[in-house]
Amino acid sequence: MVRKLPAKDVVIVGLGWTGSIMAYELADAGLDVMAIERGPWRNTATDHPPGYAADELRYRIRHELFLRPEQTTFTFRNKMSQTALPIRTWGAFMPPNGVGGGGVHWNAETWRFLPTDFVLRTHLTQRYGAGFLPDDMTIQDWGVTYDDLEPHYDRFEYLCGTSGQAGNVKGQIVEGGNPFEGPRSRHYPNPPQDQPFGATLFAKAARDLGYKPFPQPSGNMSRAYQNPLGVRLGPCTFCGFCEWFGCGNYSKATPQTTILPVLLRKPNFAARDNSEVTRINLDASGKRATGVTFVDTGGNEWEQPADLVILSAYTIFNVQLLLLSGIGKPYDPVGNSGVIGRNFTHQTISDVVSFFDPAKFAFNPFIASGSIGMCIDEFNGDNFDHGPHGFVGGGYMGQVQTNGRPIETAPVPPGTPRWGAQWKKAVKENYQSALKPGTGVHGSMYSYRDVYVDLDPTYKDRFGRPLARMTIDFHDNELKQNAFLTDKFAEIFQAMGARQIVKEYRKGPYDVTKYQTTHLCGGAIMGTDPGTSALNRYLQSWDVPNLFVTGASAFPQNPGYNPTGTVAALAYWAADAIRNRYLKNPGQLINA
Amino acid sequence: MPWTPFPTSAPDFERPGPWQFFTTDEATAVEAIVDRIIPPDPDTPGGKDAGCAVFIDRQLKGPYGSAAGLYRLGPYTKGTKEQGPQSANTPAELYRKGLAGLDRYCKANNGGKGFTQLSAEQQDGVLKKIEAGEVKFDEVDAQGFFDALLKDVPEGFFSDPIHGGNKNMVGWSMIGFPGIRYDYRDWIHRHNERYPHPPVSIAGRADWTPHKS
Ligand SMILES: Cc1cc2nc3c(=O)[nH]c(=O)nc-3n(C[C@H](O)[C@H](O)[C@H](O)COP(=O)(O)OP(=O)(O)OC[C@H]3O[C@@H](n4cnc5c(N)ncnc54)[C@H](O)[C@@H]3O)c2cc1C
Ligand code: SF4
Repeated sequence: MVRKLPAKDVVIVGLGWTGSIMAYELADAGLDVMAIERGPWRNTATDHPPGYAADELRYRIRHELFLRPEQTTFTFRNKMSQTALPIRTWGAFMPPNGVGGGGVHWNAETWRFLPTDFVLRTHLTQRYGAGFLPDDMTIQDWGVTYDDLEPHYDRFEYLCGTSGQAGNVKGQIVEGGNPFEGPRSRHYPNPPQDQPFGATLFAKAARDLGYKPFPQPSGNMSRAYQNPLGVRLGPCTFCGFCEWFGCGNYSKATPQTTILPVLLRKPNFAARDNSEVTRINLDASGKRATGVTFVDTGGNEWEQPADLVILSAYTIFNVQLLLLSGIGKPYDPVGNSGVIGRNFTHQTISDVVSFFDPAKFAFNPFIASGSIGMCIDEFNGDNFDHGPHGFVGGGYMGQVQTNGRPIETAPVPPGTPRWGAQWKKAVKENYQSALKPGTGVHGSMYSYRDVYVDLDPTYKDRFGRPLARMTIDFHDNELKQNAFLTDKFAEIFQAMGARQIVKEYRKGPYDVTKYQTTHLCGGAIMGTDPGTSALNRYLQSWDVPNLFVTGASAFPQNPGYNPTGTVAALAYWAADAIRNRYLKNPGQLINA
Repeated sequence: MPWTPFPTSAPDFERPGPWQFFTTDEATAVEAIVDRIIPPDPDTPGGKDAGCAVFIDRQLKGPYGSAAGLYRLGPYTKGTKEQGPQSANTPAELYRKGLAGLDRYCKANNGGKGFTQLSAEQQDGVLKKIEAGEVKFDEVDAQGFFDALLKDVPEGFFSDPIHGGNKNMVGWSMIGFPGIRYDYRDWIHRHNERYPHPPVSIAGRADWTPHKS
């Protein structure tokens, strides 16, 4: 029996980064807001106090803060001709679960995309001609521009207290920052974080090679900060347990340390944790959402009616819920029609591990934060001439080593046996003098006709609903891009004086067991044409106008940066459209 | 297992004591194996004295051993390497069957001697053959069993001592990892200067605990 709850103005599905932003903005506009979150409530003091937050086995190896695959998972295959099999334990990416979502255990590397990233197809076609792009590449313009989003990027960075060095303020290039970035209206709220030895050495070598290194923009505080909502964060202590972990110091920008304390005080905001939304309900016309159905841990089904539905469940869960709710036409790669599941992308990461003379180098790799590091942007987006290289896309690269936790980070030179006395000796010898950035080359992944999400014909979740099926593989364009970037990256470590360098190129096929990032993108993309996008430029569903879908599912392709700066800017942009336009006249904001 | 899945639980500390998962014979074999994977040397104890077998024992008894939280619905089909593990065996089953397979293999090929009765060189020889895929067990993939050991033993050597391994933080001391000190603001600027302070565990340090007599 489904029990019906009193109607709300707004129901929010998933209280992660964008759910928190939307909840705050809409509650602030005076609406009655209910958020429904699949995972548990999480707080710094109770969930990751410094006394035991730094447990590598519990949090990194056993994935304590993440979704349990038994609750729901995906099936995966490389090619349409294969049978997809379930991801039984997480590998290539790690889906968040619980209040704060990925914000709790992210690194907080807080980037903006390049202005050209938003008009990608137009830009590349103008510069290189339409024939330069592979036939099956389905990249699109976003329908929104960098200039549209600039104020919203700014808001997120000031919310988070992002620590960084501007490279372009109102068109003025600033020494020490990223000269390729789009113009920003003002400096970062906080100066960049201090850098450890490895990153400093990298920056020097990069400068000697003629590049313009700059500190990675970081949501780990370089000093104490009070944000515009009045919430305070403490300085980061470089604990080295950041990515995958909650911060025990209130030093990492998360929904808990920036928004939730203020949101929770609002009488018109309520939330339910441990409750999984199973469906967005539609009225008989199929053109209007009436609310959502969710299931609590006791297995009880509830209906939450609402006038406005915000779907903010993270990329692939957004797509899955749209498919299961029958909203929008499912994508068909054969007929090249439909939109839900289309333009699904992930990332093209590779690394260079370098070994230095132990007698001369001690890096103390455990002195690190989630977003520490020095980067260069010469090989990102279209910052360089792709003409001679025969591929498009790129990424930032840097010495961004976030930890020296010994289970994960104990590199040994190639040729070392995997066990025994020689292995033990090599671990001991190289621990202090090796560098392993992790996501050293942070490459883009552009979209293709045969990379998509649909529903699996065989495997089911615990409610008997079909799992979402990912069909994804690397294409030549991305593999070429990665080989080029990885070689460039390795030259810098060579110049730093490494005595041995190991290039870990990204090779095909896409492997679901190898962690890259949790930057899944696409599947419910934004655009200007309802025939090729699920959402309009305000993240509003073309099919169901009282539904807005936030998150990287809206990205038509994945540029060479971490997504959350843009994910959050888009959420503020959509919230602004709802507050200032939609509420005055609820309905479709764009006449297609 | 030192925590109840899902949050808001402070960890329990694993204590020495009787085996919780392994039989006595299995435990003896595992102690011998972990000492070949991480052999003792004059500076640092090996896997056995570091508690790696205790660590694995406690892990197998807990949620890891039963594959708690993982997706366990069928059909189970062998896929490509890229599609990841598709075995219906839990880690506990893998160890139980793998150790039985190892015992049978050793006895059949060494005149009735089990793994623990072989010399260190012979033990290394057996493990190398398994690693190279030259040995078949009846019930489980021998190579897969060895891969699990290569993951679990270093985890025992390097995880926080509260989990039963890394006894006295010997793994951390070997490499100079300071454990959960959590605050390095005083050292971020001291480039190329080795961090001097000894490690701290979630359970503190022995020398921070007063003598009782
Ligand atoms: C280990 C890790 C490191 C990362 N580091 C970075 C980084 O450095 N920089 C960066 O830019 N990005 C990073 N990311 C990505 C970042 O976390 C995401 O981009 C961001 O959290 C996305 O925000 P979101 O609101 O779309 O989704 P989330 O923050 O993931 O929130 C979605 C929420 O919805 C809930 N939910 C899902 N399904 C349902 C349902 N059916 N019913 C109810 N609730 C549901 C989830 O439990 C979750 O809490 C990282 C991610 C991970 C996992
Ligand atoms: S590195 Fe800094 S921000 Fe990250 S968890 Fe540690 S103290 Fe917090």
